[in-house]
Amino acid sequence: MQAMHAMRMNPPSPSPHGVSRARLGTGLPARAGAGFKPQHLQDWMEDANAPAFFEVHAENYMGAGGPPHAWLTRMREQRPMSLHGVGLSIGTEEPLDRNHLDRLAYLVDRYQPDAVSEHLAWSTHGDHFLNDLLPLTYDTRTLDRVCTHIEQVQTRLRRPILIENPSIYFEFEASTFSEQDFIRQVVERSGCGLLLDVNNVYVSCRNNQRDPLAYLDCLPLHAVGEIHLAGHAEQVDEDGNLVLIDNHGAAVTDAVWALYARVLLRTGPIPTLIEWDSDVPAYAVLSSEAHAADLNLDALQNVHDGIAA
Amino acid sequence: MNAMSTQSSFAAALWQPGLGVPAGLRVTAGINPAQRFAIHRNNIVVALVDALAADFRVTQALVGEDFFRAMARERVRTDPPRSPIISEYGAGFADFIAACHSAAPVPYLADVARLEYLRTQAYHAADADPLDVSHFHTLLATPERIAGTRLALHPACAWLSSRYAVHSIWAAHQGLADISDARLGAIDLDKAECVLVTRPQSDVCVDPLPSGATDLLDRLRTGMPLGALHMDHRRQASTVSLETLLVLLIQHQLVVALDSTPE
Repeated sequence: MQAMHAMRMNPPSPSPHGVSRARLGTGLPARAGAGFKPQHLQDWMEDANAPAFFEVHAENYMGAGGPPHAWLTRMREQRPMSLHGVGLSIGTEEPLDRNHLDRLAYLVDRYQPDAVSEHLAWSTHGDHFLNDLLPLTYDTRTLDRVCTHIEQVQTRLRRPILIENPSIYFEFEASTFSEQDFIRQVVERSGCGLLLDVNNVYVSCRNNQRDPLAYLDCLPLHAVGEIHLAGHAEQVDEDGNLVLIDNHGAAVTDAVWALYARVLLRTGPIPTLIEWDSDVPAYAVLSSEAHAADLNLDALQNVHDGIAA
Repeated sequence: MNAMSTQSSFAAALWQPGLGVPAGLRVTAGINPAQRFAIHRNNIVVALVDALAADFRVTQALVGEDFFRAMARERVRTDPPRSPIISEYGAGFADFIAACHSAAPVPYLADVARLEYLRTQAYHAADADPLDVSHFHTLLATPERIAGTRLALHPACAWLSSRYAVHSIWAAHQGLADISDARLGAIDLDKAECVLVTRPQSDVCVDPLPSGATDLLDRLRTGMPLGALHMDHRRQASTVSLETLLVLLIQHQLVVALDSTPE
């Protein structure tokens, strides 16, 4: 597995700003990838023009064996892989679940993914798993705790991880940092990279009447190792107010594509993943979303080639 | 409010809508924080109910979607998951159903749920190569070793003995374009049945077992050698012969190792 991985790994390529992707702990190509769903296995295998990398939720592959590991092994042999945790509860007020961290470490050892990521959120309390990515109060106490937990994960996995910005529906009065400033502190202190979910930026900013471009201005964009794009739902609450729900259940909206293009101009080409987790479409629909992201990456390359020439 | 109480009160309010919305949420003018907090309440419950519905398709078909989802919501409320591995949340659902008064008119429902969770477990169980039949030939060629031999069973195999016709009920729901088209009219629901769940290759298989076989399998799994199993079997006047059991083990590729070393 190790030798195979070394052969497939892309050499770190300098971004337009001279930042090596390898420094951010990802060996993913700066192309479009897609979330892998088992029902798409055959289509991925037969598609010569398939997305350049795939991502799986770590918790779906924590069983001892069976078909999930067989699929993952086949996919891993063909494509760079991003392992995305959804259950480690980095922001929990309690100690990290060591058993869960061990399970994640096992997957990392076994599959040698090109990127490992988790969320800036919490999802466990006491004995219970709350099965949602819950928001954090952004204060120094949370900052200390989150950094300690990320360092614990990075030490256990012996590699830096990427942390994803959340989608939020409200903020906390007790927060003393903006989310952007909090994320910048986390990146600086823990040495982790940023998984920039552009849909989450859009959803959070719309829901809390913030300016997404101003939000991006304050983020540590030099640390972005992967981008997520996904669809969201528009919902009207009982008072008639619009709220955007991050449900990964539809095509990426025009507004998020536009924001993505703005992000790329600032970051240079970044591995970009299409997430689609509910109402999962046919493979062709998913891969065409990935190709749309590739067009953005191509356009960016042309801009940079033009500047270089 | 100290930081420790923030997540505690947040978590309590998530599970108990009667507690209202935790203090300290900030929303923009004109927005009701309760509406926003409800998004998380809804996310948690809907995702878990969906996960149960995906793993208990026959159970759901037997009672209909509305009843099933109401029952699953009650499970989520009273017995939330304790692990981030959601495929394990089905553990205990059958016991919950067995204790659920509103499900009492469908007395076989809990055992069907038990069978469906055995399938989920088999699906995720460790990989192991079934023993080639030549190993059994070798064993039979040295009869003096048979009595002391213990069998290691495949990690994915499991079985169930029910007072109801669980295998027939489950089988009636397979291969249909719409699972709700399943008909139970021809099944004697009160006929006791035993079921074997295996995963010899990648697919999980469900097969009927002769009654009495599950007792023998239980004892085999504890590591009882074949000789002792034979004695036990004669004492209990089991309805299944040891020969029948061995044929089953070979047919369904249930054995991954033979151990003939003395204990």
